[in-house]
Amino acid sequence: MAKEAPVLEAIDQTAPASHSSGPGVVYEWLTTVDHKKIGIMYIVYALIFLVLAGAQALLMRIQLAVPNNHFVTPQVFNRLFTMHGSTMVFFVGIPILFGFGNYLIPLMIGARDMAFPRLNAFSFWISAFGGILLYLSYFAGSGLYGAGSAPDVGWFAYAPLTAKVFSPGHSTDYWTLSILMSGIGTTGTAINIVATVICMRCKGMTMTRMPLLVWLLLVTSCMVFVAVSPLTAAQIMLTLDRYLGSHFFDTQAGGSAVLWMHFFWIFGHPEVYILVLPAFAFINEIVPVFSRKAIFGYSAMVAASVGIGFISLSVWAHHMFTVGMGPAGNTFFVFATMVVSVPTGIKMFNWLATIWGGRVRFRTPMMFAIGFLFQFLMAGLTGIMLSAAPFDWQLSASYFVVAHFHYVLVGGILFALFAAFYYWYPKITGRMMSETLGKWHFWLFIIGFHLTFDFMHIPGLLGMPRRIYTYEAGRGWEYWNLIVGIGAMVQAIGTLIFVYNLVHSYFRGKIAGPDPWDAWTLEWSTASPPPSYNFAVEPNVGSRRPLWDLKHPEDPDSSYE
Amino acid sequence: MMQTPVTVPVSVNSEAPWVLPNRGIVGMWCLIAAEAAIFLIFVVAYIYYLGKSLTGPLPAQILELPIVGTICLLSSSLTVHEAVSALRKGKVQRCTVALAVTVLLGAAFLWTTAAEWHHLIYEEGFTIRTNLFGTTYYSLVGLHASHVVVGLIFLTVTFLFSVSGRLGEMHAERLEVLSLYWHFVDAVWVVVFLVVYVLGR
Ligand SMILES: [Cu+2]
Repeated sequence: MAKEAPVLEAIDQTAPASHSSGPGVVYEWLTTVDHKKIGIMYIVYALIFLVLAGAQALLMRIQLAVPNNHFVTPQVFNRLFTMHGSTMVFFVGIPILFGFGNYLIPLMIGARDMAFPRLNAFSFWISAFGGILLYLSYFAGSGLYGAGSAPDVGWFAYAPLTAKVFSPGHSTDYWTLSILMSGIGTTGTAINIVATVICMRCKGMTMTRMPLLVWLLLVTSCMVFVAVSPLTAAQIMLTLDRYLGSHFFDTQAGGSAVLWMHFFWIFGHPEVYILVLPAFAFINEIVPVFSRKAIFGYSAMVAASVGIGFISLSVWAHHMFTVGMGPAGNTFFVFATMVVSVPTGIKMFNWLATIWGGRVRFRTPMMFAIGFLFQFLMAGLTGIMLSAAPFDWQLSASYFVVAHFHYVLVGGILFALFAAFYYWYPKITGRMMSETLGKWHFWLFIIGFHLTFDFMHIPGLLGMPRRIYTYEAGRGWEYWNLIVGIGAMVQAIGTLIFVYNLVHSYFRGKIAGPDPWDAWTLEWSTASPPPSYNFAVEPNVGSRRPLWDLKHPEDPDSSYE
Repeated sequence: MMQTPVTVPVSVNSEAPWVLPNRGIVGMWCLIAAEAAIFLIFVVAYIYYLGKSLTGPLPAQILELPIVGTICLLSSSLTVHEAVSALRKGKVQRCTVALAVTVLLGAAFLWTTAAEWHHLIYEEGFTIRTNLFGTTYYSLVGLHASHVVVGLIFLTVTFLFSVSGRLGEMHAERLEVLSLYWHFVDAVWVVVFLVVYVLGR
C-alpha cells in the first residue's frame, strides 16, 4: 500500500479567466465545452421544464378537484397529461440527473474534464433543442389558447392512435421528433460518462475506490445504451409510418399495436431505473457524510446496482399484463419484477446500517434523504402489489398506478434531487443555501406530497381510471380528488420557496468555502466554485475517502483497504 | 488575483504506472453497443413480421442473394485492418492504398444495394408501402446502408488526409477507432444477410 505523502498545500495564484460582461457572457455559455458549465446548463434547463410541467400538473389537478368541472376542455386536458409526462421524463428527469453527473463525475474522479468535451456540448444542445421543439408545438395549430398542436397521445403514445389517420396534423410528429432528439443527446452523454469513468480517473483512483455516485452513473449510462436505443428505433419506425406510409404499427395492414407496447416498455421500464439509480447515487454520498460514517457495504452497493441494471432489462412486460400474454409470459414477468426488489432491498438495508449508530446531522440535505428512504420504501411496496398480475388486472390504468409511480418519481427521485441541490449548491455557486428556507421547503413539500399521493391511491382503488377529463359526482371520488388538489398546491408553494432560495442564496447566501459539510470525496478538495481546470495539481488518491485520509493522517482509510 | 486554496491528496511514491484505456476506443465500443441495440429492434421487427404480410410479394419471390456485394463488404474489413496495421508501423503509403481499396469496396457494396432497390422499385413495383415485408425489408436494409454511407464518408476524409500527407503514425489509434466502426457495420451485414436473405427466404 502506497504511503500517504504529507498534505500538499498550495495557493493557486493564476488570475481567473477574464470576466466578460453582457453579450460576451452569453457567447461564452453558448460555446462552452467545460463540463461544469454544461452541467449547470443541464440543471437550469431541466428546472425550467420542471416548473412548466409542474404548472401543467396543477392545471390538471384544478380540473379534477371537483366533479363535472369545465376549467379546461377535454382536448386541452389530453394535451396537458401528454406534455406533463413527456416533459417530466425526457426533459426534466434525464437532463437534471445528467447535469449533476456532468458536473460531479470529473471532480469526483480527479479529472479536468469529460472524455469528449465537444460531444458533451453537442449532446446538451441536441437535448435542449428537442425540449424547445416540443414546446414550440404550443404555438402551432390553433394557437396557445387551444393549446396549439401539442401532442395528445399520452406519454407512451400507444399505436394505432399515433397513426396518421387517427392523429392528423403534426402534434404526434412534434412528440416523436423531440423525443428522438432527446434520445440522441442522452446516448451521447452516456457514451461520454462511460469513457470518462473508464479513461480519465486520476492516479490511484481504481474502480474499487471510486465514489459510489460515479459507479451508479456508470451503470446508468450502460443501461442507456440498451434501453434508450430501442425507443430511438421505435421512433424511427413511427416516423417512417407517418411520413413514408410503412406499416410497422398499422393494424389495417397486419402491423401490430402490441409490438409498439413491447418496444416502448423495453425502454420504459429500464428508464425508471435510469432515473432512480442517479437518485440512489446522491443518497449514497449524502447519507454517509451526514451520519459521520463510511457507507456500509460498498461492494454490496456496487453489486446491487449492477444487479438492478441487469434485472430491470427483463421486466418490461409488467406494464402489459392486461394485454393477455398467457400464463407463461405473465409468470415470468411477475417473477422477474419481484426479483428486482431484492437488490433494492439490499441498498435500503445498507443505508439504514450506515445511519445506524452514526452521529446524524439533520441538515436540509439529510432531511430530504430520509424522506427519500421512507417514501421509496412505500413506493416499492405498492410496486410489489402491482407486480402480481391478478392485482394488476384490477388496477391497471387506474389512479392507483398513477399514485404508485408518482411515489417513485416524486417521493423517491425528486426528494433525492432536492437533497442533491442543498448538498452540492455550495460547491457549484460558492454559497450556502438558506437552512431556514430549506426547512420550510422540506416541511411544506413533504406535507403536500403525502396529501397528494397518499390519498391518490384511494380513488384508484375505488375504480377511478387515469386520464379521464372529468367525473360524475356521487362515486365517492370527489373528496379524495379535492385533497389531492390541495396537496398539489402545497407542493407548488414549497417548490416556489425552493426556487426563491436558489436565486436568493446565489446573491446573499453565506460564503461556503471549499468543504462546508466536512465531506470526504475529491470534489470538496478544490475551491467553490471550482476553477475551470478543477485541480491545480492532479490528485493521487490512496483510498475511497481521500479527504478523510487528508484530515486524519493518523488513521487513514488506506490502511484498511 | 484569484486565490484557490488547494488541499489535494497527493501521494509521493506512485511507483505503479497508471495506464488507462484509450477513450476513443471505449467511446466507440459504447456507440457500437447503442447502435447494436437499435439494429436488434429492427431485426426483431423483421422476424416478428415474417410471413405476416396480408398481400404479396413474398421474399422468396423477389429477393436474390447479394453475393457480390457481400464479398465486397466483408473483404473491406480486411483492407481497413491492413490500413491500421500499416499506419502503426509508419508505412503511410501502404495505409493510403489500403484505405483507397476499402473505400472502393464499400462503394461497390452500396452500388449493389442501390441496384437491388432500383430493380425492386421500378421493375417489381415493390416499395416500403407494399406490405409488411416491404416495410421491414427497406427499413432494415436501409438502416444498414445509411451506416455504410456514414462509414464511407469518414473513410474518404481519412483517405484524403492520407493522400495529402497529413496522416502519420500518431494517428494510428484514431484510425483504429474508425476501423472498429467499420468492422461493426460489416458484422451487422452478416446478421442482415442471414435474417433477410437466408432465414427470410
Ligand atoms: Cu416497470
